[in-house]
Amino acid sequence: MSFIKTLINGEQELFKSESLTPMQKLTLRFVVVGLIYFGFVVIEGMLMRLYEYKPLPFITEPQFFAILTAHPLVGIFGSTYLIVFGAFLFLVPFLMKKPLWSIKLGNWTFILITVGTFTFWFAGFVSHYAPLYTLYWPLPADFTQFSVWGGTFFITGIALVMIGSAFFVINIFKTIVYTPEGWDKQPSKALLASALGITGFRNLFTKNKKEHLVPLPVAAVARGSVDVALNTAIILFTGVLILVYMVAAILGFDLKSTAIDALLYKNWFWWGLDLIADGLVLIFVAGTWYLLATMISGKPLFMQNIARAALLVELIVSWTVWSHHLLSDQAQPAILKVVSGEMVTAFELITQGLAFFITLATLWSARPLKMTNPLKFLLGGLLGFALAVPAGIMQADVGLNRILHNTQWVVGPHVHVAILIGLTMTLYSTIYILFPIITNGAKIYSQKLVNVHFWCHLTGGIGMGAFMGMAGLHGMLRRSLYLHGEFNIYMLFAAICGTLLLIGFLSFFFNIVMSVGIKGVIGIFTPAKIKTKDLVPSS
Amino acid sequence: MVDSRMVITGQTLAYTFYCIVIILLIVWFSIKVTGKGKGLSVKPAIFYTFVGFLTVLGVSLHLITYNTIPWAEMDLNRSDYNPDKTFVIKVKDHQFIMPSDKLVINVNDKVLFDVQSEDLTYGFGLFRNDNSMMFQMQVVPGHRNDLLWQFDREGVYTIRSTEYSGPKGVFMILKDVVQVIPAKATN
Repeated sequence: MSFIKTLINGEQELFKSESLTPMQKLTLRFVVVGLIYFGFVVIEGMLMRLYEYKPLPFITEPQFFAILTAHPLVGIFGSTYLIVFGAFLFLVPFLMKKPLWSIKLGNWTFILITVGTFTFWFAGFVSHYAPLYTLYWPLPADFTQFSVWGGTFFITGIALVMIGSAFFVINIFKTIVYTPEGWDKQPSKALLASALGITGFRNLFTKNKKEHLVPLPVAAVARGSVDVALNTAIILFTGVLILVYMVAAILGFDLKSTAIDALLYKNWFWWGLDLIADGLVLIFVAGTWYLLATMISGKPLFMQNIARAALLVELIVSWTVWSHHLLSDQAQPAILKVVSGEMVTAFELITQGLAFFITLATLWSARPLKMTNPLKFLLGGLLGFALAVPAGIMQADVGLNRILHNTQWVVGPHVHVAILIGLTMTLYSTIYILFPIITNGAKIYSQKLVNVHFWCHLTGGIGMGAFMGMAGLHGMLRRSLYLHGEFNIYMLFAAICGTLLLIGFLSFFFNIVMSVGIKGVIGIFTPAKIKTKDLVPSS
Repeated sequence: MVDSRMVITGQTLAYTFYCIVIILLIVWFSIKVTGKGKGLSVKPAIFYTFVGFLTVLGVSLHLITYNTIPWAEMDLNRSDYNPDKTFVIKVKDHQFIMPSDKLVINVNDKVLFDVQSEDLTYGFGLFRNDNSMMFQMQVVPGHRNDLLWQFDREGVYTIRSTEYSGPKGVFMILKDVVQVIPAKATN
């Protein structure tokens, strides 16, 4: 088949968008837009990387900081949330063997997160709104450097994402507990108790042990969704709080000095934000590893009950670790620094280590395995967290934090390696394993491109994290600029590794487009012709 | 007190060694799991040993650093110490307002840096001439931000804000304003 024909119709014309169910279309929409936003993030990352090396003539300094502000948010919400939510809205009904509670609500989740991400990204692009670091809105608010209107639109965009996230949580829990039409009444309370880990907890203390009604990966999704819900509430509340400051500024009032205590606010905010990084991400990832390991190996999960219990521990741990973000805040009580910041945070080494071991042991029980695409990306994902979690534990130490906080070490070996290698490679593994199911048997265009994607992503991501880390250990700060080339050697190598990441992503994106064809991509966004609540076509 | 550069070197070596081991482990696993052989279930004893190892590692890391990183104990209990010198530094409108042009410190002095923000959240860090960091802390308005440090060698240091406070924050740098001189010079 000619190149042009494949580009238009897809590999061997196997992908027929008109054969997709509404659920398949919904899932594919989440994934496609999530990947487009990932493209935004990679390009933004490269621009910043180059700017750190030498300021680019077409980017002003305020624009650089606006990119710096939008970059992690587009990555977290526009890319990761969309791909993860899309996959889970498909997988939870798939594993529960019943339809999604509401496809309509699923579509609203997709629309709100897509539009919300574009809104805050565009507001930042136009107005150069950049007071945030990571996701933190520092108070007191400073309006001398930023546009109030830009900020208002920016936060409205975030609010839309949060409403979409809330809809996702409702849909997940309703899907677990509801009774589909024509079914026998489902034991809603028992299902919910099983999903949240209450059944497992009770089993520890009774002789009459109840069976787990919910598969383990669904339990992981449910427990991670608790953190999504809490995080949504905190971010929404904080957004409203900042909007109060902004509306007051628009009306001519300065709320610079208010009753809101800066440190208390900082604790509140990091408690909520940490529910993402140290909560839902770790829980969702562990659950996904377990699912992938059982699907790849065809074997039951090793130490299933321990894995289930560890997910509950992880959820509770995620509510109590926020203080590791405040180890450099001298007014933070020492007891919080030691107990929450150091000791409870160290639990993540244990819970994530358990998930790592259980996944490897499950795979081991099925050897010899074929090195398939899902397996190789899963191993990459495992390696990513094995590298990034200990890096995080090191910086969550009272002594070491004094010389690591806010350096490139934090964002390099910890954040970028965790997200790019640990999380994203796990997501790629999921995409490769689900691809034939949600496309009704479409074929990947080129295995060579898959390999290019794998190696470029793995080496680029680890390499970039490593060079950022080296710069951090030599004193380079994050969210800063060095205009005299102080750290250029590290930034140059980090940029080369970033280029590998970009090549990897372009290979993947091109491969997917060639697999389903441009016609197929367009078809994903048209209304489904099959009217069914089933996940896949019945025949 | 041991210079923070020494601690960084130790950390770099430990983490690099760990990275090499874990990468080799995954490479070994990838080869073995796809190579010839029969699938065997892992013995629970190995699993529980691993859990025990992680628990010991997680707890002991902080105990070791507390007992080996010299500033850790002093930092947590700084109110129990009497500083040899105290410098009160104010921060406002993205500017450090210093008590004097230069902060002169004697080797082995315990120095308290008391930094007060009058508007936004900033950072306060001391950097060597090669741009490497000596230490840092956050500077939160409305709260006490104090850091006790003992300098064990002579040197000239630059103050820099270590927290993002908008684009203007990038330029919050006071070059070579901290001077550590021999103990004898002022005795």
